[in-house]
Amino acid sequence: MNKVNKLLHHWLLKSVSEKAFAWLEQKQAQIASGAAERVFFTAFSAVPRYLGKQDLQLTFDDLEAAQDVIPGWYPDHWSVDQAGRTLLLLALPYDDAEGYVRSLDKFFSTADMGELVVLYQSLPLLPHPELHRHRAAEGIRSNMSNVFQAIALRNPYPADYLDNAAWNQMVLKAVFVGSPLHLIWGLDRRANPELARMLADYAHERWAAKRSVTPELWRTVGRFADSAIITDLEKVLANGDIHEQEAAALACAESPLPQAQALLSRYPDLQSSIQKGNLTWNSFSRDGLFVYK
Amino acid sequence: MMFIDPHIHMCSRTTYDYLVMREYGIVAVIEPAFWLGQPRTNAGTFKDYFSSLVGWERFRASQFGIQHYCTIGLNPKEANNEALAEEVIELLPLYACKEGVVAIGEIGYDDMTEAEDKYFCQQLALAKELDMLVLIHTPHRNKKAGASRSMDRCIEYGLDPSQVIIDHNNEETVEEVLARGFWAAFTIYPQTKMGNARMVEVVRKYGRDRIIVDSSADWGISDPLAVPKTAQLMLDRGIPEEHVRAVCYENALAAYSQTGQMQASDWLNPQSVDQRQLFNGNSVLRGQEPGIKSVSDYVLIE
Repeated sequence: MNKVNKLLHHWLLKSVSEKAFAWLEQKQAQIASGAAERVFFTAFSAVPRYLGKQDLQLTFDDLEAAQDVIPGWYPDHWSVDQAGRTLLLLALPYDDAEGYVRSLDKFFSTADMGELVVLYQSLPLLPHPELHRHRAAEGIRSNMSNVFQAIALRNPYPADYLDNAAWNQMVLKAVFVGSPLHLIWGLDRRANPELARMLADYAHERWAAKRSVTPELWRTVGRFADSAIITDLEKVLANGDIHEQEAAALACAESPLPQAQALLSRYPDLQSSIQKGNLTWNSFSRDGLFVYK
Repeated sequence: MMFIDPHIHMCSRTTYDYLVMREYGIVAVIEPAFWLGQPRTNAGTFKDYFSSLVGWERFRASQFGIQHYCTIGLNPKEANNEALAEEVIELLPLYACKEGVVAIGEIGYDDMTEAEDKYFCQQLALAKELDMLVLIHTPHRNKKAGASRSMDRCIEYGLDPSQVIIDHNNEETVEEVLARGFWAAFTIYPQTKMGNARMVEVVRKYGRDRIIVDSSADWGISDPLAVPKTAQLMLDRGIPEEHVRAVCYENALAAYSQTGQMQASDWLNPQSVDQRQLFNGNSVLRGQEPGIKSVSDYVLIE
């Protein structure tokens, strides 16, 4: 049994009845030994009826263990049915990569919302990760927010496998639907100039409609700010509320342009907070934003 | 008063309808799988339709505080395309066990052809195998005979009348349905099926037991508020409140909760059921806030 399986087993044993667990193990065994697809389908759908839908009660150590196995895997919001369904998914034979992906396509194409969430949030755990790129990009196109979030948030798959075009679409869409950006794994690592331009354009659209812009938007912009973006940051620093000002100041601090540093020096309080390490993107996300749990 | 509309085709209604329905007290809907006005030409369109019933539509409703359930089945009319029907029957087990699927339905007769009978019976057998409820569509033409034969078939396939909801009843069919122990549902639909003033008299005459009111609202001229409006008319015309509550809420809950896929706590305490489904923001709302309080909030589009 691989490490992911072991963790999921261990967590479920703590949370569900013996009878439910026995049912799950029996289905796992059937699927692993090559049972008809219908067995997988009906069992995968029926998991909540046997296991329930309560949250997994994961400790700090459990979450650390998850990170050790797959960096960026953070299942603090997973429920028992999701863990159970993931185990069934991991039971599928995968030696024949092409056949395996074909089966997955079939599951995705008939899945309901809860099932889609499990399928997408399990992507980083599945065999042949490089073969799921197209699928992940498809998940980002979903108009069901929880399906979108299953791939975009607390999931290392996009940062590890998506190309820039798909990655940028994902971040922009996260802003558009109001997802908390700091829950996107690898956000800072995958920042790029094209994304910075798209986000700044988006801010202009919002301003034109007299709407607010999430201050988190500036997080991936600073390092790639050009003089037009510095002008935007100047505007945010002058007119924004405290959180917007903090975000703009952090963005300026990350910019190599002298123009950005000159702008930041006009706000000595913010500048010194940043220099002392009191204001960082992490502290900003923790203190300045309503964090969705 | 809270209402359930246990037969409504939301995929042909707008998001705005959900908003208004919630304002009128509708807390849950059941969307039976149905035809689309024009016949479908391949099984793929059934698959997409079933997927939208268990997926997108359920989500869309949840964003307006309405719990959405569905029934899965091959509708009577399209059973007459046998080549297609065979493929659709193969699809049913893939959907029947999904969350929120409360019955096999709406199945039954349209023309009462042999093909309709064949696939009706196959679906009754599936319901029996999976221990599910059945929702029966009684035909528009030759209704009385169609209703009788539908009930005969259910008994023949080993279903208990308490597991079967017979829908689209009228004054001519109600007695037999109730006498044989089935649930009797009534569709309030302009010009056809049942009118709301007639419905008041049906309840006055037959009481509250095992009678269910629904709208069947779809892409035709129909009213997604038919249940709350009929309830109001019943109250105005002297039907006791507890009878109104029974036929517009409690009976549907009692009937469809039998398989455990639907319960009052789903809407009385939705957060404990699945908070993830009410996560922040989505593209139905296009940046608007969920939990909009009133229709009038939309008068000014900013």
